Amino acid sequence: MDDLLRRYGRGLTWGFVGLTFFWLVILVILPDFKLLESSFRPYLPVVDVGGPKDTYSINNYLRIFGGEVPMSIFGFEVLISPRVKVLLYTLWYSGVVTLVTFLLAYPLAYYLAKIVSPKSLPTLFLLLFVPLWVSEVLRSFAWWIILALKGPLNAVLIALGIIDTEIRWISGYSPVIIGLVYTYVLFMVFPLYNAMQSLDSNQIEAADDLGAPWWRIHWRVILPHSKPGIASGAVMVFMLSAGSLLVPAIMGSTTSGWFTQTIQGIMLEEQDWNTGAAFAFMLLTICTLVVTLAMWVFKVKLSDIAK
Amino acid sequence: MQKYSRILFHVYMGAFLIYLLLPLLVMGGAAFNDSKLPTIIPWKGFTDQWFIAMWNDNRIWIALRNTVLVAIAVVIIAVPVGTAGAILVNSINGRVRSILYGMMVAPILVPGVVIGISTLLFWNQFSVGSGLHLSVLGQVSYIASFVMLLVLARLQSFDQGLEEAALDLGATHAQVMRRILLPHLYPALGAGAAISFFQSIENFNVTLFTRGGADTLTVYVFSKVRSGITPTINALALLLILFTLGIAIWYEVSRRRRARIEAAREAEGRRAEDAELA
Repeated sequence: MDDLLRRYGRGLTWGFVGLTFFWLVILVILPDFKLLESSFRPYLPVVDVGGPKDTYSINNYLRIFGGEVPMSIFGFEVLISPRVKVLLYTLWYSGVVTLVTFLLAYPLAYYLAKIVSPKSLPTLFLLLFVPLWVSEVLRSFAWWIILALKGPLNAVLIALGIIDTEIRWISGYSPVIIGLVYTYVLFMVFPLYNAMQSLDSNQIEAADDLGAPWWRIHWRVILPHSKPGIASGAVMVFMLSAGSLLVPAIMGSTTSGWFTQTIQGIMLEEQDWNTGAAFAFMLLTICTLVVTLAMWVFKVKLSDIAK
Repeated sequence: MQKYSRILFHVYMGAFLIYLLLPLLVMGGAAFNDSKLPTIIPWKGFTDQWFIAMWNDNRIWIALRNTVLVAIAVVIIAVPVGTAGAILVNSINGRVRSILYGMMVAPILVPGVVIGISTLLFWNQFSVGSGLHLSVLGQVSYIASFVMLLVLARLQSFDQGLEEAALDLGATHAQVMRRILLPHLYPALGAGAAISFFQSIENFNVTLFTRGGADTLTVYVFSKVRSGITPTINALALLLILFTLGIAIWYEVSRRRRARIEAAREAEGRRAEDAELA
């Protein structure tokens, strides 16, 4: 701080502090507090706001329960409220998306970091970056076209003789997973690549010379070294998937609810901002827990993830 | 065996690129199909009617104008705010630094839905109604984090001795800032502005909850996809892709040219040094 004052003088230093304050306090912290505060208040007509009925309670949070639908969890049939079911499915399938993107990205990152000649890297990266420049809504739309009942995918599969009749792809959660994997796979590739790139190739060669089979080299040398990259990619993909609204809304059907869609319904259709705040806060809490858990399991810091 | 696996990896890379790019081609191709539904199968002949329909669609133009205005506002606010944050974090040490840094990075991980709703509720209590101005504030809250990370990375290579020297030689604080610090940061500021602009154009979650009744392009496309679409959207998509690709390629080419010039200059410098020694 003294350092800043000495270099830039009082005016500029206050400028830096003021701008940072505006960002962190006015744009981030206070709105989040307001979110928390609103989530405990009832949804009332305007005349009753601030009146005797306007008391704090956890009723909004309890609205996640209510109603019962069957759901099978690890083979057990249980009765559960539809909103909890949607939340559990959201978390579960976000995990699935994370795993699939990891499996897709790992060989690619290894190829980019250790196999391909460095000369072709810039071109490859330019090509890989193309989809990132295209907005999410258009990327989901592209898959919506491909997976349509009379769409190109079914046509190609029938022409190849792999299937006889068209498959209804847009049903259940699979199109949502396909869309999310396509949209977020690059967020797994780049951190993995960064981590692998810093591994000394001599270590791989040493393991190879000492007779380790290829899978063992990956399991004992490359994978442990890539741990920060895996953590960072997994956290990014999981958060983006669980927080995505576009992809589930475009690719989903009536049988695939996403928790963000639940929040959207409460906020924009029921116009109940207080319950919306409660559910949004739940989403935030759960996401924070997942990030903390991932950092703890992989023993990495927040600064490693944000790279 | 070695050779085998190399070929396998090359094939995988190729397949992955096809997987990434083919859907975009399919979507772009459907813009030229003379069919009422956006598809490439069956191919009913070439047409440019969807581009004409798009040109005549007034809502698209309004949405485009809104999108660009929001993006410009986001750049104007997010770049100074993120830069100030980076300079501040860079000048302190220890525990305060890691807390401040954590607070600045965290918004990237917060779901857009949460940012949108909290921004809406916060400003609503001061009777600031929803609208694109709130979308700007909501977007800045996490886009500034990207700027902060870029500027902070650039500050690592900054030689503070230059500032000391300037101060010793009698420069004012404003001069130190304008003539020494900012020129060093220009590449990061440029990249930060570009990222802010595109992040803002892409944004959906924050905008959806804060926009009031106004459309941006993403929201417009989304509403069209949900409610009966014609290939007009494909025409729009194709133009957007070509536009962003053009900028991306231009950016990459100019970056490479700069890198080449810099490398040449360094080589020149080294030669001059060698000549002096000899």
